Amino acid sequence: MSLWTIAWRNITQRGTASALTAFSMSLGVLLVTAVLSVHGLIAKSFMDNSTLGYDLIAGAKGGKLQLVLNTVFYLSEPVENLPYSFYQEFLTAEQQAAELKDMSVENRGKLEDGYYASDTSLAIPVCLGDYYKRFRVIGTLPKLFDDITLDYENNTGYDFSEGRNFEIWNEENGYFEAVVGSIVANETGLKIGDKIVATHGSSDENADVHDDSPFILVGILKSSGTPNDRAVFVNMEGFYLMADHSKPVEGDEEAVASENEAGVKAKRKPLPLKNREVTAILIKTASPFAPIAITNQVNEGNVAQVVQPIMEIFALFKVIVDPIKTVLLVLTIIICFVSGISILVSIYNSMSERKHDIAVMRALGASRKAVMGIVLLESILLSVGGGMLGWIGGHLMLGAFGPTIEAKTGVAIGFFDIAPSSKALDAYLPFGIMISTEFLIIPGLILLAIIVGFLPAYTAYKTDVANALNNS
Amino acid sequence: MLLIEDIHKSYTQPNGAPLPILDIPKFEVAAAEQMVIVGRSGCGKTTMLQVIAGISTADSGSVRIDGLDICRLSEEGRDKFRAEKLGYVFQTFNLLSGFTAFENVMLGMTFTRKSSDRNRARHLLERVGLEHRMDHKPRSLSVGEQQRVAVARALANRPRLLLADEPTANVDPANQQAIIDLIRESCQEEEISLVMVTHAVEVADQFQRVEPLENINRLAKPAKDVA
Repeated sequence: MSLWTIAWRNITQRGTASALTAFSMSLGVLLVTAVLSVHGLIAKSFMDNSTLGYDLIAGAKGGKLQLVLNTVFYLSEPVENLPYSFYQEFLTAEQQAAELKDMSVENRGKLEDGYYASDTSLAIPVCLGDYYKRFRVIGTLPKLFDDITLDYENNTGYDFSEGRNFEIWNEENGYFEAVVGSIVANETGLKIGDKIVATHGSSDENADVHDDSPFILVGILKSSGTPNDRAVFVNMEGFYLMADHSKPVEGDEEAVASENEAGVKAKRKPLPLKNREVTAILIKTASPFAPIAITNQVNEGNVAQVVQPIMEIFALFKVIVDPIKTVLLVLTIIICFVSGISILVSIYNSMSERKHDIAVMRALGASRKAVMGIVLLESILLSVGGGMLGWIGGHLMLGAFGPTIEAKTGVAIGFFDIAPSSKALDAYLPFGIMISTEFLIIPGLILLAIIVGFLPAYTAYKTDVANALNNS
Repeated sequence: MLLIEDIHKSYTQPNGAPLPILDIPKFEVAAAEQMVIVGRSGCGKTTMLQVIAGISTADSGSVRIDGLDICRLSEEGRDKFRAEKLGYVFQTFNLLSGFTAFENVMLGMTFTRKSSDRNRARHLLERVGLEHRMDHKPRSLSVGEQQRVAVARALANRPRLLLADEPTANVDPANQQAIIDLIRESCQEEEISLVMVTHAVEVADQFQRVEPLENINRLAKPAKDVA
């Protein structure tokens, strides 16, 4: 019979007290698991998404973080828009001409290179504000999927699991083609060829519905684990043609889109440039120094601001998220420690009635170290056993609340997702080994069990065999 | 096999004064010999067994078992000696209440360096007539059955010496003889030396060698002196 078996027997002998102490430990570990997993996975998701394929975001003056959150992560609400002409400042005359031709928009005058065009290698406009069910609708140009490189090593960008990228205009669907992310497709059951009708400015089902301008789904993106999985991308030209998407201009007709021939989408006229606005511009710069140059120049003006999304994401974590995580983690570790104290109290209280059993084992030849070991093993079994239950409970909780977390943050978390490794920890591990922070729970629990088990174990160690036997 | 020489043992009283308990000039038991020590309660019988077992340490003198002086061993050495060479049957059985009869017997082998032998534990419980009670915990066993489990546990590690401290004192008369027979037969079969302590005359009468404790321990007073 092993010392483990003896320890287990001692635990089962005090069934209720053991179950309660293990339960208190499981609650502590459940909270630690939840904090580590939720924070770690959200942080990883945000950091992973910092490989955006562009360096800068230009948007209306206002909160930098809000601009990043609503442009990169499709969270929060966009505030103001930028004139379309500002977007054109990032294009060469040639690029402007090509786009205007593709869009069938009139060209009133001689085109010139944009002010920032020489520092820009790629600029993509995005228009936000509408929803399809609970998902954001993003009006943009096909170059978002055609020209963005996400993985520079393999020179790959966005992939489609079904269908193709949308086009600016074609005979079949006119300006109204759309592409959806994998979560949108899975959740809504949308298939290629289905119609997508957006709601204006809100995900509320009672909001205004753009049923005059249904988009035709032509492509479904491969799952990328990014916010793009839960977004609907529509052709910007079609986006402009939806009701109330035209910027009112003094002296102009109120609703330009209503001039279009209803029902014949292919023949609807594109929105004039003066009525166009963009919410943000995604910019890939042409040189390593260009981000600083563009940022300084734009931010000095009154029209717009430019932010470096990666810097904002890191700042968000450093200033807000990490301290909150630290506070939560300290609280949950204190809970675990209090649970550990309950193990100490439970075992220590049982020591007086167990002195006799310890003396009998000593009389049978158990050494002081062996009886001390048995008590420590009891502490470890209670601590680790309760902790494992808590760990499983924590993941069950993540599985149960995963959809809510995803809806709020865009980060998919399920039962089988474990917290990623910590850079602070990885720095101390050899051979580039990376260990999930969750795997530190077990050694942490063992250490805690040894600390809290030491006092009762030492009591067992010091038991006077002859006295305990004679007093029985 | 067992040789005790010049053993002295005192306890400290609450007022700090020493209370001498044992003064044994010489005491010997041969290999496979079975003997009984008789004496009244409180005259040092249990203390003497505990000194022989290394549970208590003597103030001076030597206790040699198979030539090994356990008084010179470290505490760890005495633990090992008990685990491997000694069996002990207690007056109050001292079975662990959370363990089954089988596990209590296994416990007798747990602390030896040899691996635990489940077959031997099973065989011993069969030998004491408890093959049908192996999975029962002590509280569901009769007093006689509990003492039989205790005997099986004491024999589990194939000891060279078995110490039995009033093994029938808490057993009903119907079971007393069965317990004594069990202990004696088992010791005979496995050539184990037996030192039994009792104050029951009917038990002592069955042994060839009966030693009153006062013949062994100078500090033990004869029963007739107790008024």
